[in-house]
Amino acid sequence: MKSIQALVHVVAVVSIAACASSGGGANNSTVAPTPDPRVGLKAGLKDAGQAAWNLRLVHNTPPSEKFVGSTNSDLSFYQHYVIQGNYNGYEVWDVSTPANPTLKVAYFCPASQSDVSVFRNLLFVSGEGTGGRLDCTAAGVHDSVSHDRLRGIRIFDISDIANPKYIANVQTCRGSHTHTVVIDPNDSTNVYVYVSGSAPVRSPSELPGCVRQSPDSNPNSSLFRIEVIKVPLAAPQTAAIVSSPRIFDSLAPAPQHGEMQQDIAEATRVADSARAHGGYAVTLFGMQRVLPPRFSTPLLDSIAKTRGAPAGSTPTAADSQTLRDNAQGIIDRMFNINRVRTGPNQCHDITVYPAIGLAGGACGGYGLLLDIRDVAHPRRIGAVADSNFSYWHSATFNNDGTKLLFSDEWGGGGQPKCRDFDKPQWGADAIFTLDNGQMTFQSYYKMLAPQTANENCVAHNGSLIPIPGRDVMVQSWYQGGISVFDWTDPAHPKEIAFFDRGPVDGTKPADGGTWSAYWYNGYIYSSEIARGLDVFELQPSGLISRNELAAAKLVHLDYFNTQDQPKLTWPASFVVARAYVDQLERSGGLSAERLKAVRQELGRAEKERSDARRTTLTQLAVALAQDAATSSDRAKLQKLGAVVTDLANAPQGNAAQ
Amino acid sequence: MARFIPWILTAGLATAILPLPAAAQALPPPERRGYTTDDVDFMSGMIYHHAQAVLIAGWAPTHGASSSVRTLCDRIVASQNDEIALLSRWLATRHEAVPHPDPDHMMMPGMDSTHMMPGMLSPEQLAQLERAHGPDFDALFLRLMIQHHQGAITMVNHLFAAGAGEEEPVYKMASSVFADQTTEIERMQRMLAADLFAPTTPK
Repeated sequence: MKSIQALVHVVAVVSIAACASSGGGANNSTVAPTPDPRVGLKAGLKDAGQAAWNLRLVHNTPPSEKFVGSTNSDLSFYQHYVIQGNYNGYEVWDVSTPANPTLKVAYFCPASQSDVSVFRNLLFVSGEGTGGRLDCTAAGVHDSVSHDRLRGIRIFDISDIANPKYIANVQTCRGSHTHTVVIDPNDSTNVYVYVSGSAPVRSPSELPGCVRQSPDSNPNSSLFRIEVIKVPLAAPQTAAIVSSPRIFDSLAPAPQHGEMQQDIAEATRVADSARAHGGYAVTLFGMQRVLPPRFSTPLLDSIAKTRGAPAGSTPTAADSQTLRDNAQGIIDRMFNINRVRTGPNQCHDITVYPAIGLAGGACGGYGLLLDIRDVAHPRRIGAVADSNFSYWHSATFNNDGTKLLFSDEWGGGGQPKCRDFDKPQWGADAIFTLDNGQMTFQSYYKMLAPQTANENCVAHNGSLIPIPGRDVMVQSWYQGGISVFDWTDPAHPKEIAFFDRGPVDGTKPADGGTWSAYWYNGYIYSSEIARGLDVFELQPSGLISRNELAAAKLVHLDYFNTQDQPKLTWPASFVVARAYVDQLERSGGLSAERLKAVRQELGRAEKERSDARRTTLTQLAVALAQDAATSSDRAKLQKLGAVVTDLANAPQGNAAQ
Repeated sequence: MARFIPWILTAGLATAILPLPAAAQALPPPERRGYTTDDVDFMSGMIYHHAQAVLIAGWAPTHGASSSVRTLCDRIVASQNDEIALLSRWLATRHEAVPHPDPDHMMMPGMDSTHMMPGMLSPEQLAQLERAHGPDFDALFLRLMIQHHQGAITMVNHLFAAGAGEEEPVYKMASSVFADQTTEIERMQRMLAADLFAPTTPK
């Protein structure tokens, strides 16, 4: 591996924020730098210009020798290792020192997209491309039917991570574009893998049982379904598909986000009223609609004509009934409904959140909500569509499970969708609130710095940043860079940090940029398609306080697969309490006088021991409950009160700083 | 590499797929280079297909289209122009002929049908749409563009049915066309439905 660090030419990191933070002073800026420093950055694979705001590039490590020029893909995290997928296999980086990742192993085993996940000593790698081989060589597979081909999931034992053992394959009919590791809280002997395969169905001569026909002509169709693999932990080599849930069955066109529940209810009321007055109503695209006379009159005439009535005669009650009985069928035929099976026949990615028993499926033209309490048999309980979305790519829940964010990879990721004329609602995120399984559209979020036509850019992979009391996410936008944004208020998401490089090539389109950017144990790791592994640190500002960052860093995970969302919890600690106090200052939920007093009390309690501390904190909790009664930010005060109470009750010495 | 002259950019010939020059004929056949002639036909055929969509979507502003149809058209132009660029790059880097469709030529009755891909509008349909204005343009545009998009899906299905579309960029392009156009068909059906069930107001 070359150790030469790419010399980076920092063109425009200057911002009010950066100036204010020099000299040890606090950076309290809440204003993004203007003009946007991401515009006009110098191009270059290794020496591109950079722009950053509230985000510091700690280190860039170029790919190792056999992976140069091959696409870096998704990331997974295991202990102090980052596992980076690549179309040539995967690389394992030791990040015990995040400022200096070292290569533990580069495992050469070509296949696209090499989506990676871990569970204990097992590593799962997706293979979808038709050139992936069981023997991991780069020879490719040139026959349309071949027993050398791997399309599905490769399983490695990484007990000795420097020497991964390739222990099993699970072949699937459509390969594995992505996959999701799912833990069944009620089953400690197995782990499950949901496979999203979007490639064409294989020949049954290559993999018996694969069926290319649609379910209408063959009920065993490999289309319109996902695969669930069960992996017995005691014998992972016996992993096999246990079910192929048809989560798309009878998927009626979902209401568009513009059609709120109130609209649907109003349409139903209007239709009922029309029926009561002799009108004709049908259901189309999830809404009841009344046939206008210009449509119903000629139909009635033709019904009358069919029974032999002379032209111009008045339709009878029987004619009306005939139309009433047939109107739905006529409309369905007109719009091809029930004749051609529309809608998605696969998912791009599924994010599970076992703690709340739900999964978000980003599936073709739909965002699906799945009940996964029976892990091997996920069941669709909701669906949304969106008139501005083309290709639903990923899903992210907020930690409370009250919101769901879907992203749209418009153009497939290889195209420039962030030019100044590309609309902010195209190739963006769509944020929904989630209430009893009901998804309600709130807003779009898009990284808004205009990029050049040579930079592929669209919404891509991201994860939550565990700041207690807020929904903050870091997200990749390919060559649009990394954007950190707050979506606590789902109707008004707001960017709070970013990093961007200039184009890989300033003269023609060339693939590059960040595929995934995920927070893991205090740092943000980004898989740069062409430039390797980037490590970032979030910087305090007026938008994220030092306490909030310290609280985020208290969350420690032993491993992390972004599509298997863990419930984030924070230990009772003074820094978490202070993070909430900072948020109350920002929201105006507590007066300046009370803020000062609460901070003083927290400071005092922290220095105290045993009973004195308990007394101070108990009194503070009582005072906070009183504050909550009149505060505009009652929920936050209650959270703060709960932490203070936990601290009061914590055994001495256990309260984290 | 020097023998592969970028000849594709040198000719100004409009609709014709340029003949292979002697230098390029020295290349091994596509099958030995990871893709197939079906892939080439799909990628170049899609350029003709997309060019017509861009042509007619570009009429929205001058044909009194409604704001929702204009937004749809903006999106079609943006999506499909980007895809034409990508398709052309794919062909050019493999030294395959890059078609340069002449949209005006498509309007001519009796035009060469070699480049008529599934779903493409006939010269008669093009002329009819060209004459339409306002709400008539909207309704006709939606119906014809649904037909056009369904043709693209047919092309994707044919590609995969032929056992082609296995090279990564071809596969990605075909999947993207499939996803984008399926979604847009449903969107256009909704727009037609909204038009159909609109309160009877003078058009």
